[in-house]
Amino acid sequence: MTVMEQRGAYRPSPPPAWQPRTDPAPLLPDAEPYRVLGTEAAGKADPDLLRRLYAQLVRGRRYNTQATALTKQGRLAVYPSSTGQEACEVAAALVLEERDWLFPSYRDTLAVVARGVDPVETLTLLRGDWHNGYDPHAHRVAPLSTPLATQLPHAVGLAHAARLKGDDVVALAMVGDGGTSEGDFHEALNFAAVWQAPVVFLVQNNGFAISVPLAKQTAAPSLAHKAVGYGMPGRLVDGNDAAAVHEVLGDAVRHARAGGGPTLVEAVTYRIEAHTNADDATRYRGDAEVEAWRAHDPIRLLEQELTTRGLLDEPGVEAARQDAEEMAADLRERMNQEPELDPMALFDHVYAETTAQLREQRALLRAELEAEQERNDAQEGGAR
Amino acid sequence: MTTVAVKPATMAQALTRAMRDAMAADPTVHVLGEDVGTLGGVFRVTDGLAKEFGEDRCTDTPLAEAGILGTAVGMAMYGLRPVVEMQFDAFAYPAFEQLISHVSRMRNRTRGRMPLPITVRVPYGGGIGGVEHHSDSSEAYYMATPGLHVVTPATVADAYGLLREAIASDDPVVFLEPKRLYWSKDTWDPEHPADVEPIGRAVVRRTGRDATLITYGPSVPVCLEAAEAAQAEGWDLEVVDLRSLVPFDDETVCAAVRRTGRAVVVHEATGFGGPGGEIAARITERCFHHLEAPVLRVAGFDIPYPPPMLERHHLPGVDRILDAVARLQWEAEG
Ligand SMILES: Cc1ncc(C[n+]2csc(CCOP(=O)(O)OP(=O)(O)O)c2C)c(N)n1
Repeated sequence: MTVMEQRGAYRPSPPPAWQPRTDPAPLLPDAEPYRVLGTEAAGKADPDLLRRLYAQLVRGRRYNTQATALTKQGRLAVYPSSTGQEACEVAAALVLEERDWLFPSYRDTLAVVARGVDPVETLTLLRGDWHNGYDPHAHRVAPLSTPLATQLPHAVGLAHAARLKGDDVVALAMVGDGGTSEGDFHEALNFAAVWQAPVVFLVQNNGFAISVPLAKQTAAPSLAHKAVGYGMPGRLVDGNDAAAVHEVLGDAVRHARAGGGPTLVEAVTYRIEAHTNADDATRYRGDAEVEAWRAHDPIRLLEQELTTRGLLDEPGVEAARQDAEEMAADLRERMNQEPELDPMALFDHVYAETTAQLREQRALLRAELEAEQERNDAQEGGAR
Repeated sequence: MTTVAVKPATMAQALTRAMRDAMAADPTVHVLGEDVGTLGGVFRVTDGLAKEFGEDRCTDTPLAEAGILGTAVGMAMYGLRPVVEMQFDAFAYPAFEQLISHVSRMRNRTRGRMPLPITVRVPYGGGIGGVEHHSDSSEAYYMATPGLHVVTPATVADAYGLLREAIASDDPVVFLEPKRLYWSKDTWDPEHPADVEPIGRAVVRRTGRDATLITYGPSVPVCLEAAEAAQAEGWDLEVVDLRSLVPFDDETVCAAVRRTGRAVVVHEATGFGGPGGEIAARITERCFHHLEAPVLRVAGFDIPYPPPMLERHHLPGVDRILDAVARLQWEAEG
């Protein structure tokens, strides 16, 4: 038999049995963002919870406008506003138990405040008197993260560690739509799914990464669909519907706590303000789009639901407003005080124990400051 | 005959013009990065490029620095000449894998068969009141990686000239843009841009007899100011603008130091393991017998870059530079 004849007779054997590791169907997100307000599901929502969410949203909006005003007055170096995204920010904080951990980005100061961290300490980074102003352990909130998506693997590691120690702690990590393009997003989701870590990833899809619209960021059917590729469930939710976000995140947290592993939640929302006060959004988007989203305002949605169902009346609205005003007045007053600045603190906490080199540099700066003080005193003396 | 008055231009405008002219002259030049298209970059340095050349030539990429530089490598392999923008110094770090493992060594690995003509533009340094991660001086990392040119302009004319040369270079160039000089102005004619010294040459910005300040990028104007102030103290200081950290111009630097016999290296980057250590060592190795005093360094402290309200204490300023000059063993003169 010739070689060719032998080849002709060859019948390839089938590969060893193959089956998907996970059934993809239950992991797939809904076709439309999940909504509660204005739908039948709203009837099942706990009225007390809705009222709590409402009060927090009103406070949250006021916090955003106050921080923006403080920035215009030069009290903050920069402010990335979460106006329009308050439902996500507030729900992320409220679904967590005290022992859980929150991993926020720079835009999530509201979530941090809603978790109970002092707003002035929260805004330290953006005022610029120090980097992170709060003790992460006090409320179990990781430092605000600016390098995009880098906080996500941290959340996975922390959740994994908690599980190894036998603690039923969940980590909730926040990231923007742009951040999902970073390698760290991919690596975090993969680790979380492989380790079945108790993590919830909340992607706030607010339409833009600075000027870049989602269409240039991803070709995926939705960001929630990305979950399927890692073997975890993806949930798509209306990010301006506080009840829906709270329910979806709450489910994901319970699922994680019960050992069910991670979930990716995409909340569809909109960044009403420019990226920060330093950005000019008119360069890349039109008013019509912004107006359409203003009409789908998270506070209005919830207010309508509550009032139609007789769960909120005029005095109730007024009480929430009053509470928010008090919070804003306190924030304003405290932020209008000059922060205490100690240049010598620059050399603290670089290492657990300082080095000979840092001691030298510290002495140099102290001498400079003393000389500066002497010159100023002499000038004042001369002027007198 | 009428002469058109040449108007002042900012460094940012000169950089934009350099990319524009490079793109017009060479269809293989492509700009890519985060927000570089429609927005024109967060510092507006790519303003108008997408409009003039289309989005294929000036592209808003997905938000991923490793992806931006990694795809630029592939584009360069196929004959394009990518100019990538990293939005800020500290946001270039995800691209380090590509930069160090591929960009810097591709020419060497392939015995010269696959050079990578990539320009990596990085706004760097402090002094703009930026919050955490917006003010790093990362030049030492790049300098420590063989195969990369590391260039940084301090004047409007250099911004144009050096960027044109970087884009035209067949080697990868890390082009560090001092962000606090973006809005610095000088008379400069975009229609007839002045010729500047090539990459690899330092320039004496101010001649002086007593001591040489060696510096680059954002610290050049600070050193010039210090030199002015030093006159009151009776010192005549020379200022050398390195412009190019790699390749390093030993010749110009050493000639200057030999003339004065005293040198201070000034930069924002941290002192320990910073560029000043290399520069001081090179001077000492080459000019030892001309030196009247040890080469001193005025650098950023060895700490993570401070928050904006404290950064003035960290950045090398006129007083700190003059204090260093005062320590150059003048007593021995007498
Ligand atoms: C690694 C990294 N690259 C670039 C930046 C600069 N930057 C800050 S915010 C931003 C856009 C982020 O968009 P998105 O993730 O959608 O979040 P959003 O700001 O809309 O909340 C960019 C590019 C950064 N902070 N980190």
